[in-house]
Amino acid sequence: MKKILMPVAAVALLALIPYVGVEYAGLSYLFGVVIPYSATLVLVAGFLFRMVDWLRRPVPFTIVSTTGQEKSLDWIRQDKIESPSKPWHAAVRVLSEVLLFRSLFRNNRAELRKGPDLAYGSHKWLWLGGLVFHWSLLVIVLRHSRFFFLEPGPFFQFLEQADSFLDVTVPAFFMTDALVLAALSFLVLRRIGDAKMRLLSLQTDYFPLFLITGIVVAGIAMRYFAKIDVMPVKDLALGYMKFSFSAPGDIGSLFYVHLFLICVLAVYFPFSKLVHMGAIFISPTRVQLNNSREKRHKNPWNKPIKFRTYAEYEDEYREKMKKANIPVEKE
Amino acid sequence: MSKYLPKQSELVKEFEEKPSVLKGDYEGREWWEMPFEFREGNFCFPAKPEVIKDLGFPNPRKWQPTDDDWKLPDGWQKILKDAMKERLKKYRSLKLYLDSCVRCGACADKCHFFLGTGDPKNMPVLRAELVRSVYRNDFPMVEKILKGFAGARKLDEKVLREWYMYFYQCTECRRCSVFCPMGIDTAEITIMVREILQLVGLNNNWILAPVSNCNRTGNHLGIEPHTFVQNIESLVDDIEDVTGVKVNPTFNRKGAEILFITPSGDVFGDPGVYTMMGYLLLFHHIGLDYTISTYASEGGNFGFFTSNDMMKKLNAKMYHEAKRLGVKWILGGECGHMWRVVHQYMDTMNGPADFLEEPVSPVTGTKFTNARATKMVHIAEFTADLIKNGKLRLDPKRNDHLRTTFHDSCNVARGMGMFEEPRYILNKVCNSFHEMPENTIREQTFCCGSGSGINAEEYMEMRMKGGFPRANAVRHVREKHKVDSLVTICAIDRASLPPLMRYWNPGVSVYGLHELVGNALVMDGEKKRTEDLREDPMAGFEDGEEDED
Repeated sequence: MKKILMPVAAVALLALIPYVGVEYAGLSYLFGVVIPYSATLVLVAGFLFRMVDWLRRPVPFTIVSTTGQEKSLDWIRQDKIESPSKPWHAAVRVLSEVLLFRSLFRNNRAELRKGPDLAYGSHKWLWLGGLVFHWSLLVIVLRHSRFFFLEPGPFFQFLEQADSFLDVTVPAFFMTDALVLAALSFLVLRRIGDAKMRLLSLQTDYFPLFLITGIVVAGIAMRYFAKIDVMPVKDLALGYMKFSFSAPGDIGSLFYVHLFLICVLAVYFPFSKLVHMGAIFISPTRVQLNNSREKRHKNPWNKPIKFRTYAEYEDEYREKMKKANIPVEKE
Repeated sequence: MSKYLPKQSELVKEFEEKPSVLKGDYEGREWWEMPFEFREGNFCFPAKPEVIKDLGFPNPRKWQPTDDDWKLPDGWQKILKDAMKERLKKYRSLKLYLDSCVRCGACADKCHFFLGTGDPKNMPVLRAELVRSVYRNDFPMVEKILKGFAGARKLDEKVLREWYMYFYQCTECRRCSVFCPMGIDTAEITIMVREILQLVGLNNNWILAPVSNCNRTGNHLGIEPHTFVQNIESLVDDIEDVTGVKVNPTFNRKGAEILFITPSGDVFGDPGVYTMMGYLLLFHHIGLDYTISTYASEGGNFGFFTSNDMMKKLNAKMYHEAKRLGVKWILGGECGHMWRVVHQYMDTMNGPADFLEEPVSPVTGTKFTNARATKMVHIAEFTADLIKNGKLRLDPKRNDHLRTTFHDSCNVARGMGMFEEPRYILNKVCNSFHEMPENTIREQTFCCGSGSGINAEEYMEMRMKGGFPRANAVRHVREKHKVDSLVTICAIDRASLPPLMRYWNPGVSVYGLHELVGNALVMDGEKKRTEDLREDPMAGFEDGEEDED
């Protein structure tokens, strides 16, 4: 329980900091300007550092995981996506992973029954939960871009309309708000409900889930319940776009809770498992081509080694070889 | 069977009654608090001091994992940490896979060792976490702020023992990587950890003894050239007894068109030798100009399970010999690890093979463009092409006494991507072929439980547990389709699956693909065939009956 409660407490504490800071200490400049800029800097610099750090390390061998038929004889159909031999095959493979979670779609569940017998069932819940979670977050982030532009482009307007087409509340209800909360609940409950997941989960697995929940809840509260005045928020966001350091207007402290938690997420991002966002694009087993017999792959640190040569071998066995009528080099 | 193996009923009882996280049982303890112990049957014997010395690996000594004192060298933590740092710099895979696991749990119930033991540390995510927890401790800032937050651990002797136990309970089969959304391949981590364990003298004799033999004599079994030749010649006699045809392999012959290399298990081990007889019949049938080398007489590469340098060193002999003999290209026999190394590493390590020619089948004229660089063709590709072009006279009825299923070996499946060729051949050489359930074949195939050098007698209990998912899938087709023959294209499978079948599925025999090809081949000048290569009677070909053809 400790590993679940600690992250909950941490998020609650983190939410309290800006609330107290703005409400009682009047630190709106700190939480509205200084911290957001700093956090963005950490996010961008940290993420770039991580990517460059990975990319400068060599991939000495072709170690692609082949999950489909390789390119071989002309009449055997190659599975171009699962066993790519051209760059565009690999690009489709990686993009299908990024956009559609292809590997998770394959997921099944093994069960040990009496007999003993192993049975495997289709198990797409993780795929569905993960997909809904990530796509909802993406739509929500894109939706927020309207704050950062005086005139949001038609794409963002379309996105907003599509997301709120149910139009059941005032202001219009965004489906992604509900979807992301549902997905988050599923992901948390899954970690708690399944024995394997309970065992393998660490505090670092729960923390980002609770942190994002905190952000979403604060956001929803502002939109539908506390009804924050959006004009100063928009002014602040437009100010960010111009690298302005002027003080924010009068915004409710709930907004600062939302913003501060986002800043925490941004700072946490490059130093945690959340960097999987970048890693998935360069994972060697997925991005490489399965053409290692067709095209030589270079290893930058491949050093020559001494091996036992045929001559040394024959020197040891020459007499025995001659007796057995095996041809030899030297008589 | 082995004295290191409990009775089947005892193991069944353990499967059914012992609580395990696989069955939804959670002890409430964190994974790093869960106990483990070395006992008879769950470890392989460490390498003998003389073998370690012979190979020039560090810290040769007598010890057992059950000992309190493992006689580690002074400063072993530093040795391991430095070695880890070095590898993190040299391999993007290692660094990326340690950094980016999200612990989504998709891999958790995919490992055959987890399914067979229920031991949570065999979940790939936790197997890697054994290392990740130590790696994380190198970034102590977060840990100091929030103790226990990221589950970091110090590299102490308990952790080292865990590494030794669990990284030799991984067969580098890569099944987990198929399901991982990040493409994390636990085999990469296992490879690195085994490589660094070697540096403090933690290893296993079943790996190092073959490596040492292979280095010296050319093959794992330490067979010297004259014995190697004698053995194949005795197979030639057996072939003549069964078929009446005298095949004529040559050895170390300069100027042959093709060098043929197969694992030495095919030359010496039963049932591998029948596969060898199949190759010899096939080559005779098509009149192939080939030779077999006594020096490069091993396809399997156990160096792969010790260190990158050792793998390279053993593999180097193939090209060295091909160059000396002046062949045009190399044909490789049925083998798993050999093909993982040939496919993924050989050209990079020991190429370019510019002294060889781009492989072309001398019988069909087909160019093997997919082997343009390595100049090494898999025998299943070669034979499939022969059959497709109608170059073989085959009578599949000669395998009617067998009801077959096919076991994809993990290295050929997930390290190479060969699925169709063996199935095509199998369908042409026998009439009864049934696939195992879909979650257990092709890219989702289960390991035999004994790959990557843990095929040792003293490890039998773990092998029977790790091989259980494979055996269980075979049982399904045995019950449903009366399958009695498990066909495979891997020499380790041919060695490890027979005991697995005897234990879980008595009555199922293990065959190499080319053994069935050998049975089905209608040879020029052959006598009336009544027995297969094992001298088992063939159905419908009994003495005195009219041949249906």
